[in-house]
Amino acid sequence: MEKTLKKYFPLFVLPTLAAFIIGFIVPFAEGIYLSFCKFTTVGNASWVGVSNYVKAFSDATFRSAFWFTLGFTAVSTVLINVLAFAIALLLTRGIKGTNVFRTVFFMPNLIGGIVLGYIWQILINCVLSLVKQPLLQLNTAAGYWGLIILMCWQQVGYMMIIYIAGLQNVPGDLIEAAQIDGANPWQALVRIKLPMVMSSVTICLFLSLTNSFKLFDQNLSLTGGEPNHASEMLALNIYNTFYTRSGPQWKGIGQAKAVIFFVLVVAIALVQLRATRSREVQQ
Amino acid sequence: MKKVLALVLALCLALSLAACGGSGSSSSTPAASGSGSEPAASTTPTAAGSVYYLNFKPEQDEAWQALAKAYTAETGVPVTVVTAASGEYETTLMAEMGKSEAPTLFQVNGPVGLANWKDYCYDLSGSDIYTQLTSDDYALKEGDTVYGIAYVIESYGIITNKTLLEKAGYTLEDIQSFEDLKKVAEDITSRKDELGFAAFTSAGMDGSSDWRFKTHLANLPVYFEYQEDGISTTDAIKGTYLDNYKAIWDLYINNSTCEPSELSAKTGDDSRNEFLAGEAVFFQNGSWEYGNLTGEGKYTDDDLAMIPIYIGVGDEANQGLCTGTENYWCVNKEASEDDIQATLDFINWCVTSEQGTKAMADDMGFVIPFKTAQESPNLFVKQDAEMTAAGKTPVSWNFTTMPSEEWKNGVGSALTAYAAGTGDWNGVVSAFVDGWASEAALNAA
Repeated sequence: MEKTLKKYFPLFVLPTLAAFIIGFIVPFAEGIYLSFCKFTTVGNASWVGVSNYVKAFSDATFRSAFWFTLGFTAVSTVLINVLAFAIALLLTRGIKGTNVFRTVFFMPNLIGGIVLGYIWQILINCVLSLVKQPLLQLNTAAGYWGLIILMCWQQVGYMMIIYIAGLQNVPGDLIEAAQIDGANPWQALVRIKLPMVMSSVTICLFLSLTNSFKLFDQNLSLTGGEPNHASEMLALNIYNTFYTRSGPQWKGIGQAKAVIFFVLVVAIALVQLRATRSREVQQ
Repeated sequence: MKKVLALVLALCLALSLAACGGSGSSSSTPAASGSGSEPAASTTPTAAGSVYYLNFKPEQDEAWQALAKAYTAETGVPVTVVTAASGEYETTLMAEMGKSEAPTLFQVNGPVGLANWKDYCYDLSGSDIYTQLTSDDYALKEGDTVYGIAYVIESYGIITNKTLLEKAGYTLEDIQSFEDLKKVAEDITSRKDELGFAAFTSAGMDGSSDWRFKTHLANLPVYFEYQEDGISTTDAIKGTYLDNYKAIWDLYINNSTCEPSELSAKTGDDSRNEFLAGEAVFFQNGSWEYGNLTGEGKYTDDDLAMIPIYIGVGDEANQGLCTGTENYWCVNKEASEDDIQATLDFINWCVTSEQGTKAMADDMGFVIPFKTAQESPNLFVKQDAEMTAAGKTPVSWNFTTMPSEEWKNGVGSALTAYAAGTGDWNGVVSAFVDGWASEAALNAA
């Protein structure tokens, strides 16, 4: 059996591998190549070297988009995970209507980002207009907090489900043993439950971190980067460079920004994975 | 339980596959007259090639499909018309041009749009269609090379509800200059509650509407500056007439249906609906709105008129509507020779044949700048012709020389901030003048 598996292993891997190469490796390599080129369509690229990267780094909107993204990611990742974990704790206590609550909290995640963005745009603009503040298009602070509220609303339910699954896997006898030893609920939470759900924390942090960093739809529909690029995040900045600028030189710059963006996301994700993995415990 | 789960999963997979296939075929609308679907038996093809037209205007999609079919029936040359979704033309074109079956006919929106596609444009200087143009102004030229040919002329101005204007005690004759317009608008505002309507529809700065001000209205100060300096494009705008731009913008936002601070979220539909509901007398827009404003339950030609946008500069008594084009046909140089010839024949047929010109005038409502053009039923277009015949000078479309989309967005943001009171007019001046210089420098780099 083992031998046959080994023998036919390449055959079974082939379809997936082919799909992975065609669908990911090739476009990825081409994308990196294009970031060194000047082009209008991908067919007729001409090599220009690193000048695209130089221009990408010297673009003030790209730098401000980076800081805005960083600020957004930091706050939204913390908020989403704290809220999701708190709700998960509440909904694993066996209170009445648990399933209904879980469903309700999860639902926003089923709506697409663009739709959510427009709905929240109307809501937030209504509130701002009632309190006589400048509307979203002119209000960077409102745009920033609007994005955070929107992302929390959408992501908390999803992360909650993962935390619930983790919490339900904490063996009851461990908690019971702790209680007998005189641990109060807070100690049981911090010393027992939290270490036991560390693998869920890893996943949730990873998902919310990368989702926030790569955020595009919600940014596009809620603020569109207004006022004047001040609420523009990296993904939207790349999109705008690539599509709303005219002239072949911009395509290459957009591509270079995308490669920089990729490296950033990978770096951040790897650091985070390493940091949380080391805290996971074996059951 | 497992079986049910497996079944559900299988169903999901099948559905998602079907959804992919479905959306793939509906997102673009290929013409029925593809190769070989209905070759006319009686006629022999005049050219071996075929035509693939990537259409920019979704409103005219049906009419183009019908015209393509008619052409195929007449000549046997297959014509495919695909229409890009609204606002997605550049991205669609970019994707399509990368394919082996690239569009043979596409469009650019003027000198700035041409920058992207110059390397793909066939030189039309020797083509039949070029000789049919009524004026050389309608060709997109650099030196002796003709990159594009305008196929539709449009006008914009202030669309006026004559009925409401009369209710307020004025007629069109009372508005002959910016001073007149200001007087009428401010009088209507002062009696807003009594009359029950405002002077201007909301000057919405949402993405669906802001082009009316950051591009079309901004054309006027640019036009008058070009006129004064005797130039047709520049790398550094001086902003000579920005005070007049401020005056007309102030007039729009302070005599509108809503508070200036609300404008940032108002859309193009909001503005049009206010006009249709009779909530305002004036609505700045173009001849392309004609179809949306007339018809069942809407206005008739007797209710409407388009007046020039006066900003208090130049010879206002002889100022006409803003008339020009930002739609230029370009033929793909990379296509095979047969296809290029077929495309040239097709566009020439569209603008010279009885059937082609009739379809462009009646079905599409276009005024085309060609010698054999037929009259369009569009009221605003007719008015433009009357004004020109009466000796008024149309304001040309110089916004095609605005350095970039980025510049327009900068001006738009500044205008919005000024209207809402979070920014001052200096912000607009700086976006207008400094933004122009920095964007022009980027283009030159």
